[in-house]
Amino acid sequence: MNDSKEHFFQVQDLTKVYQMGEVEVHALRGVNMELYAGELVVLLGPSGSGKSTLLNIMGGLDTATNGFVAYRGQDITKANEKELTEYRRFHVGFVFQFYNLISSLTARENVAVVTEIAKNPISPEKALDIVGLTDRLDHFPAQLSGGEQQRVAIARAISKNPSVLLCDEPTGALDSQTGIVVLKALERINRELGTATAIITHNVDIAGMADRVIHLSNGKIAEVTVNKVKKSASELQW
Amino acid sequence: MKGQVFAITLVVTSGVATFIMFISTMHSLDFTRNKFYREYNFADVFVNLKRAPESLKDKIKNINGVNQLETRVSANAKLDIKGYSESVTGKIVSVPDDGNPLVNRLYIRKGRLPDPAKDDEVVINETFAQAHRLNIGDQFAAVINGKWKKLTITGVALSPEFVLLLKPGAMSPDFKRYGVLWMSRKAISKAYDMEGAFNDVVMTLYPYARLSDVTRDMDNILGQYGGYGAYGRKDQISHRLLSQEFQQLRISSRIFPTIFVCVAAFLLNVVMSRTINTQREQIGTLKAFGYNNISVAAHYAKLVIMIVSTGIFAGITLGIWFGRMLGDLYMETYRFPDFIYTLHPGVIIAAVFISIGSALAGTMHSLWMAARQTPADAMRPEAPAQYRVSIIEKTKINRWLTQPSRIIIRNIQRRYIRTFLSVIGIAAACATMISSGFFKDSIDYIVHVQFVLSHKEDMTISFIEPTSYRAIYELKETQGIHDAESFRVVPVRVRFGHRSYKTVIYGMEPDSRLNLLLDRNLKTVTLPQSGILLTDYLCEFLGIKVGDMLTIETLEGSKAIRQVPVTAVTKQYLALFGYMNIHALNRLMDEGDAISGAYLVTDDKYRDKLFRSFVEMPRVGEIVVRNNEIRNFYDVMAKGMLFFTFVATLMACSIALGVVYNSARISLSERSRELSSLRVLGYTRGEIAYILLGELGFVTLVAIPLGFLMGYWICAYVAQAVSNDLYRVPIIIELSTYAQAAAVVLFSALISGLIVRRKLDHLDLVEVLKTRE
Repeated sequence: MNDSKEHFFQVQDLTKVYQMGEVEVHALRGVNMELYAGELVVLLGPSGSGKSTLLNIMGGLDTATNGFVAYRGQDITKANEKELTEYRRFHVGFVFQFYNLISSLTARENVAVVTEIAKNPISPEKALDIVGLTDRLDHFPAQLSGGEQQRVAIARAISKNPSVLLCDEPTGALDSQTGIVVLKALERINRELGTATAIITHNVDIAGMADRVIHLSNGKIAEVTVNKVKKSASELQW
Repeated sequence: MKGQVFAITLVVTSGVATFIMFISTMHSLDFTRNKFYREYNFADVFVNLKRAPESLKDKIKNINGVNQLETRVSANAKLDIKGYSESVTGKIVSVPDDGNPLVNRLYIRKGRLPDPAKDDEVVINETFAQAHRLNIGDQFAAVINGKWKKLTITGVALSPEFVLLLKPGAMSPDFKRYGVLWMSRKAISKAYDMEGAFNDVVMTLYPYARLSDVTRDMDNILGQYGGYGAYGRKDQISHRLLSQEFQQLRISSRIFPTIFVCVAAFLLNVVMSRTINTQREQIGTLKAFGYNNISVAAHYAKLVIMIVSTGIFAGITLGIWFGRMLGDLYMETYRFPDFIYTLHPGVIIAAVFISIGSALAGTMHSLWMAARQTPADAMRPEAPAQYRVSIIEKTKINRWLTQPSRIIIRNIQRRYIRTFLSVIGIAAACATMISSGFFKDSIDYIVHVQFVLSHKEDMTISFIEPTSYRAIYELKETQGIHDAESFRVVPVRVRFGHRSYKTVIYGMEPDSRLNLLLDRNLKTVTLPQSGILLTDYLCEFLGIKVGDMLTIETLEGSKAIRQVPVTAVTKQYLALFGYMNIHALNRLMDEGDAISGAYLVTDDKYRDKLFRSFVEMPRVGEIVVRNNEIRNFYDVMAKGMLFFTFVATLMACSIALGVVYNSARISLSERSRELSSLRVLGYTRGEIAYILLGELGFVTLVAIPLGFLMGYWICAYVAQAVSNDLYRVPIIIELSTYAQAAAVVLFSALISGLIVRRKLDHLDLVEVLKTRE
């Protein structure tokens, strides 16, 4: 359906084998997929299905055993350490399950960590405004709730104006009510800034807000479904 | 934890090693000395005199408290060793004709005592024999009482009286240019016209005897025979210098191990706190299974003891090795029949208790925290760290701060006690280096002041007896002598109030060009027409100040007692002397224009020739060549200094490495998650290294100036503690010593930094995202 749109990511025959002691773990067994500009994709699957591995490789955090991942036509599986750092620095925004904020920095400074090294950033204040944290600018992570911390993490991820936002279980550590607030922030960014967004989750209910849902199972793509009618994040519940 | 444990072990090892080294060397020397003194009957009282009839011996023997007594004849002689062109002097001491003396017995290393029937046999002391490779049967010449005489060596010996052999007035032992010769009483008496007389008495006392009573009685008896005043062991030069050395060892054994023990305790505290933090869950699980507080605490205590024990074991081994090395080094200068290395079990027990005790004390808080947690608390992740905006950020500097710099500042602020202790630890390493370099610097300074700034002569000659001033005119006329200046030396006892001190007064020419007296600021002090000028330390010792009247009892010639005003003070680092105008001194002595010797400025070309001619002049008793004196001084000091510098550098490196490496590893362990997160966000390896190493760099850079200050304090303490009437140690620390200390610390920090940097480059970015802190 998105053939006319720009390919952000093209993943072909991607395999990943881990060596766990003496056992070989096949985390990905020949995955093929695309991510297009401006779309919101949910990668759905149970633990061990390989979704985090896929995201990590797409984000330049992990290497592939075979196959290739092209970001805007460039094969990132062949990139060296320096190129990968640059790729993460300028092109990808990450959101993690456990926020990964710097506890010695305030919300504003946590965002500034990224804006200081980005090429075309939006201001930390504006990024925090987008996630609805204007009144929490000078709070330290220890002074923020889990949901607020995750929203700071989202603000940090979008502040560099990334082409793509990769979110690994962004609501995994939150209760449903707080989780929805976070998803609303992601939805708003996708809609207003047009940032392509991939959300990893094992929570089926979240799939409703996606343009496309990619089901992973046992290291393979089991099914790709297209939501004809996208739910808004506020309609979700679990 | 491997690296950290190693670093801590290194520090504990260094601490225990220095402790064992200093203490065991001290004990060994003490034991060796006491054994030698006991077995060879070292005298308790000594006295020199002009001449007294042998019949006086019984009278002295009857003094209450005197146990064994030996009258002797002793004299100084110029020696001529074949193939050696420099001035050599010797002290000849008689041995009884019937064998080894009762007091100050000789330990015969090889050979035999001189045969009383022969007048040319001598036993020589071991250092002299070794320095000139002299052996039994070898011959050398001596100018005895003005007569040239060939002597044959029959033995090599050691005496408790000359454990350290120092030529009177010299700064350091000179094994080549000064020796002791033991000759039969009969032979020496004949040579010096002392038959039926003596000029030297040594004796031992009964334990009940009071030294002051005995010396008073001795002085009363020998006064009319030219007695120079009896003195006890504590004023005997060999014994005194040995005791000084013990004092220095004692001070070192206190300072250095203390530094190490504190650093080790601190490191253990840091490492254990972190370990306990990362093992919270395990602690909780154990407690949930029913382990009680004591067993949890005991578990970690065992870990601490295990870490420390390795260090103790290695430290004891290294300490014994160092102790033997240091003992051997001492044995090159201090001569005993055997160096008996002793390591009391008590010392080992003390080392074990001090190390383990301080290590446990250092980790007590963490141990207590570990034991105290409830299982539920322990299993819950630690509460997020609380941070505050730092003081620096409230200043204008704030706008220049990048986020990584902010992270550094806030971490330092949050962990300010730990940061402070790290700074102190690294500063201690820096201070250790400075205190080792300090000895060289202060010795250089003493040599510079003494031999370059004060003394301008090339050669000094002393006459056997006071001589007429005419001698100076003769010297000035001699080819090769550019300048000659007279001096007079008079042995005296100076007194002020209830304090007195035995020394000499130098009479100097009014406008002396060759021996300048300097004040604290190295400015020349003018010698007054009348009155006396004293060394500053002598003023302090006597409690006298400029303007006060000093009582002088001359111990030579007229034995006059006079009152003389103190008119000025001179700063000197060696010995304590008084200085007077030579004419004023001669007036005080009721003598004419007598001189004791002369300072000479000579032509390089003629120096050897002059030297030979002085050697052959019977009335010249001693010739000192200034350059030889300086060279010898450094030769003697060099080995010892090299060893201490080596040990100190080793210790400083181990402290610096231990502290910096541990701080770095702990920071890495605490921050690896944040640093990985930053890497994920696109920070380069260099950028995250800045955050971790920036903090270490800051700590190191703050520690270095503090280390300079601490080093200065230690040096000031040592200088004050070792200073005495024989020498004062000036607190001189050269820029190069500071630079060297800083370099060693920076180098150690750099090495630690590089090791941690390597680990940083291998952070697992994926792993860290999966886990919650």
